Amino acid sequence: MKIYAIFVYAFLYLPIALVIFFSFNAGNYALDFQGFSTRWYAKALTNPFIMDALWFSVKVAALSAVMSTVFGTMAALALQRLSGWKRTFYDALIYVSIMVPGIVIAIATLIALVTVFKFLNPFLEVLAPLFDGQAPKLSLGFVSLVAAHSLFTMSLVVVIVRARLSGMDRTLIEASEDLYASPFRTFVQVTLPQLMPGILAAFLLSFTFSFDDFIISFFVAGPNTTLPVYIFSSIRRGITPEVNVIGTVVLVGSLILLFSAQFLSTMGKGKKRSASKDDSDDS
Amino acid sequence: MDTSVKTKAERRRKWTTAMLLAPATLWYAVLLLLPLVTIVIFSFGERGPAGGYIPAFTFDNYLNLPTRSKAFFNTMTLAPLGTLACLLIAYPLAYYLAIVANKKYKTLLLVLVIVPFWTSLLVRTYAWIFILGGQGLPKLLAFIGFEGVRMINTPGAVLIGIIYIYLPLMVFPIYVSLEKLDTRLLEASSDLGASPLRTFFQVTLPLSIPGLATGSMMVFILLMGEFIIPQMLGGGKVYFIGNALVDVFLQSRNWPFGAAFAVSLVLIMLVTITVYMRYMSKLAGGRDDVSVM
Repeated sequence: MKIYAIFVYAFLYLPIALVIFFSFNAGNYALDFQGFSTRWYAKALTNPFIMDALWFSVKVAALSAVMSTVFGTMAALALQRLSGWKRTFYDALIYVSIMVPGIVIAIATLIALVTVFKFLNPFLEVLAPLFDGQAPKLSLGFVSLVAAHSLFTMSLVVVIVRARLSGMDRTLIEASEDLYASPFRTFVQVTLPQLMPGILAAFLLSFTFSFDDFIISFFVAGPNTTLPVYIFSSIRRGITPEVNVIGTVVLVGSLILLFSAQFLSTMGKGKKRSASKDDSDDS
Repeated sequence: MDTSVKTKAERRRKWTTAMLLAPATLWYAVLLLLPLVTIVIFSFGERGPAGGYIPAFTFDNYLNLPTRSKAFFNTMTLAPLGTLACLLIAYPLAYYLAIVANKKYKTLLLVLVIVPFWTSLLVRTYAWIFILGGQGLPKLLAFIGFEGVRMINTPGAVLIGIIYIYLPLMVFPIYVSLEKLDTRLLEASSDLGASPLRTFFQVTLPLSIPGLATGSMMVFILLMGEFIIPQMLGGGKVYFIGNALVDVFLQSRNWPFGAAFAVSLVLIMLVTITVYMRYMSKLAGGRDDVSVM
């Protein structure tokens, strides 16, 4: 049993180890190890295409994660108040948006947005005099990509936060109401702190999904390139150690993010514990 | 007086609910319902002379789907097969983590399963191009005497990629359901003279069905719409519905045909998932804790 587990872990980590190992290759070909060197790191980190793609990906992931976390949490709070057909309707929407493959969402969103833009742009033409003859033109890009990413991640947030809500202690909210706290104050001081771990987890998941997504970005980003789109096209051009470098950097980056989030949440817990201890000391 | 205060509070509550839901409603309307309705309409249209779409009402796009039947065949065989393979490999590991493993290392071992899942899917798949490609394993095999073994761009390569990518997703839910399992039940079973094998099949396995169902459901859903793994490890020879969809859309610029592809993919998924859930909930003996998410 133990040997089996070791074997599975080896299966999971050997490919990743290979990527990291060959990122330090001095040679020009990915699999022909010519000696240890960080020259591909220098090359990748000064490549403006990579840096632009990375920066674009980070912006998209951050904004879409913030939006989906806020909107998703709001929706989860509202949904517990709904019942009957409205509830069923929203449940169906959430279910469909999670189930429909990214590839279908990507192409459907592309078709729909292009069609809508084609319809709306002549109307915007009328506004041209207001903008020095340069009519505002709707096109695919940053905004459409953020919106498309946050659709899927918003549903994830709703599911996660809702699970947290249903496991929450209702009596605390009632107590807060009995003590004449306004609904808003009850939310900020009672509900929100209890939801926080769920919200944080949902935010991280949203960020990772958006940052790692290839297929939706490929279709909806317009002329922009995200990091996965760049990686995909450079793999097509041929495998160089540069791809390994990007892979290693992304890997280390996401690990740092993951562990710092873990660290922050345990630190938050520790703080709360010590705070409640202080309270009891006072009394 | 009292009633008017009450209705005022109620109205306010309703208004808050509506306001909280407004952004989500807008998102679902513009980015989910509108696109889905659009592709259903497009799937009945005709291709324009230079690609794109001309309004029409024809079933030709659906009738042409069999010309790409290989994509449907590959998806409908490799997706269930991949799910099953993930399940068979993940179960013993989840069992080990939940029941056998030393409590001290449990968290670390669990984190180690999840970490790959948080790293770039593209890079992880790409690692296998490396390993299975001409300069990788086949070269090693040739060294020990097995010449001319081709690994990349075969269904086997795609299957390996699938197992590699989705294993963590399968381990986790099974682990959670096995973790909840009361180990006293296992002791009771062996005290009553059941063999370990019988204990496993009559106690452990039935009690872990919720996790098993959740895991295989998630993996299966993701596999049905898979694009990257067949694209990179199948090299245009072993392609899924998703790859055919992209091809029709970008290469032949046939939007209506692509739309028909997308609609049929969603329909196939809806049907198989519904059938699967029915079957699974029957298997779990009408327990209602078998959930997808």
